Amino acid sequence: MGDHGPAKGLSRWLFTTNHKDIGTLYLWFSFAMFLVGGIFALVIRAELFEPGLQIVQPEFFNQMTTMHGLVMVFGAVMPAFVGLANWLVPMMIGAPDMALPRMNNWSFWILPFAFFMMLSSLFVEGGAPNFGWTFYAPLSTTYAPPSVTFFIFAVHIMGASSIMGSINIIATIMNLRAPGMTYMKMPLFVWTWFITAYLLIAVMPVLAGVVTMMLMDIHFGTSFFSAAGGGDPVLFQHIFWFFGHPEVYIMILPAFGIVSQIIPTFSRKPLFGYDSMVYATASIAFLSFIVWAHHMFTVGMPLAGELFFMWATMLIAVPTGVKVFNWVTTMFRGSISFETPMLFSIAFVILFTIGGFSGLMLAIAPADFQYHDTYFVVAHFHYVLVPGAIFGIMAAVYYWLPKWCGNMYDETLGKTHFWLSFVGLNVTFFPMHFVGLAGMPRRIPDYALQFADFNQIASVGAFLFGASQVFFMFIVIKTIMGGKKATDQVWESAEGLEWTIPSPAPYHTFTTPPEVK
Amino acid sequence: MSSSNSNSDYEHYYVPESSKLPIFASLFLFVTVYGAATLFNNMSGMPATFQGDWVHWILILGFVGFSWVLYVWFSTTIRENLQGLPSAQLKRSYVMGMMWFIFSEVMFFFAFFGALFYVRNLAGPWLGGEGAKGIANMLWQGFQYDWPMMITPQQAAEAAGGQVTAMNNEFSGPDKHMAFPGFGAMFGWLPLWNTIILLSSSGTVHIAHHALKEGNKKKMKLWLGITVLLGIIFVCLQAYEYYEAYEHYGLTLNAGIYGSTFFMLTGFHGFHVCIGAFMLLVMWLRATQRDHFTPEDHFGFEAASWYWHFVDVVWVGLVFFVYIF
Repeated sequence: MGDHGPAKGLSRWLFTTNHKDIGTLYLWFSFAMFLVGGIFALVIRAELFEPGLQIVQPEFFNQMTTMHGLVMVFGAVMPAFVGLANWLVPMMIGAPDMALPRMNNWSFWILPFAFFMMLSSLFVEGGAPNFGWTFYAPLSTTYAPPSVTFFIFAVHIMGASSIMGSINIIATIMNLRAPGMTYMKMPLFVWTWFITAYLLIAVMPVLAGVVTMMLMDIHFGTSFFSAAGGGDPVLFQHIFWFFGHPEVYIMILPAFGIVSQIIPTFSRKPLFGYDSMVYATASIAFLSFIVWAHHMFTVGMPLAGELFFMWATMLIAVPTGVKVFNWVTTMFRGSISFETPMLFSIAFVILFTIGGFSGLMLAIAPADFQYHDTYFVVAHFHYVLVPGAIFGIMAAVYYWLPKWCGNMYDETLGKTHFWLSFVGLNVTFFPMHFVGLAGMPRRIPDYALQFADFNQIASVGAFLFGASQVFFMFIVIKTIMGGKKATDQVWESAEGLEWTIPSPAPYHTFTTPPEVK
Repeated sequence: MSSSNSNSDYEHYYVPESSKLPIFASLFLFVTVYGAATLFNNMSGMPATFQGDWVHWILILGFVGFSWVLYVWFSTTIRENLQGLPSAQLKRSYVMGMMWFIFSEVMFFFAFFGALFYVRNLAGPWLGGEGAKGIANMLWQGFQYDWPMMITPQQAAEAAGGQVTAMNNEFSGPDKHMAFPGFGAMFGWLPLWNTIILLSSSGTVHIAHHALKEGNKKKMKLWLGITVLLGIIFVCLQAYEYYEAYEHYGLTLNAGIYGSTFFMLTGFHGFHVCIGAFMLLVMWLRATQRDHFTPEDHFGFEAASWYWHFVDVVWVGLVFFVYIF
């Protein structure tokens, strides 16, 4: 026990109980899904390059928007964060592994099966799900393609995977911290994941509940989402967004943790306001449960509902503002250097804040009647998800990759990748604000002539962004294959237990826990 | 189980060797749900990759395979425990795992209770024309909201000669409902007996747990056995209630939102009672056939009893919000 190295060949990856192996599996799976979801996005952008229908039919276009969203949310962003948690949480708290190593492997291996089931529906009669990633009833019930049943069960087992993954993370953090590693000494990445895991356990079962109601409506004659039987399609939206809003924070809180690790390192200063960061994260998590109906301002809620959800939503700006203030203040008068992870982190702070501000605009209920279901919404959530979640993940990969594989990435290539991504994403998503405010609806394959210019710009940006992610894959593989050897600490002023162990990190770390002062 | 956090706890955290269990669990879980989806699509006349009389065998293969993997998995864990491999710290991980698993189950039921509250307090009255949304009654002329909903909007609109559009299903309300019949008739009311049975089974499992902690294994086996029996009786009565509902009450899954919420809430609860009773049965077999539990080390038993208390609490919610009020 403790000293065995990795098994040989494929069985290492199939049967592993090692948190580092499983983290690697998650990260590669997520990257594969990122590329698949990216291809779907490029089909969308290619079609939207010009008004009129030229490449795909509307029916297939709808499948692309749906699958792009589902694959990116459940296949790319969430598994990437779980992969990072697997790699980093045990090393950061001085634990030998995750608390429940076999279940850890199970959580991962469910995912490829679930996505096989979901993606294979592209090739069956009736096509893939085409009702948007939010799968509103009755589009996803009465009018759904036959593949909806497979989609429902794919969501069920993905949910099981997420719940088991979260239970594992919670048990690890609560139970496996090294002596002296009190809660308020934990690195912020651990804290943000701790809170994220609670969000996951609380809302993934609600998602399972709502897809089960869909299943019953479709196959067993219930009327949850049919007014004819006394149900209500809007009920679907309420339950979905009760899951969906915490879900969007599930996709951003771990990124908050990542930049809170990186910015102090490259500013050569401790994080400003550690305690307030923890409390802000917890506040955001709490608020995420009571703001869901701001996604549904236009369905015809009573005025009291509109007002409550509007004010509650705007309240989120307070803890989020605390975080942005702390990141900026950490950099203030720091001795900053701009290595690739820092570039991604600074871009995160700036661009995520832009996404946050457009979120505030959308939070104003009367204004939302204008913005609702336009490209402005698309611009908003891509600004929080791409430079938010995705840049957070990329920053983490550049920051910890030397620790994982023992080699430094090529700084010039990393910076090139950053600037290509940065330019690509802004060219893609910034024009969407304009066409959205001008009234271009989302989820359509064709549009009025007046939107053509900005759409062409966005499409060019999308292909630039897409290509630069293939370049990213090249950089990562090149780094794993070889390169300058990394030191144990890797970064001049990096702090934390993971920098005290050798690079690359041995197969087993902290089999005897370190003493944390 | 030691609750001290001494340093010796940390030094022997048991990290298992690589294991074939999870990949097979994933595979068979996939086969199970793929089989279920294929079967449902076949039943509803919707296309699926596989068609024919045999498709239920996919589901059966998956389920049998999955059960087998779980059996081997739990056996492995129990064997490791008997060998003394897990440290006190690892056992705490199991405890936390079970706790948060139950919490996730609570949230699953929360979704269905939430649906019930939304329909009863908001959507139903609006459909009946109440409030600023009275306009909705234009769609469902003559619909009056009442709970239990005996006449669906569709029926009401058809009776009023209104035009009913965009319908892919017939939703006719039930003839009779399952709600509280008043104190005079309450002793002939099945849910009352089910409540008595399930609440007392929580008591009996508690007695069994205490007997185990006192080292009185004979008493523990007896009361645990009684708990399992009570659980089985509950499930049988629930099945009888469903039979009555379908045969004599006209209360079906098709019977509008009342039938939908009734069967989803009681159905998923009943399913969880089955799981809980099965867990307790396994614990009873482990106690009687293998003598697995000691007064100090019996977390399998404790986890199953937590689960049992959880299904009991859900039942209390059901009694109030599905049956009585």
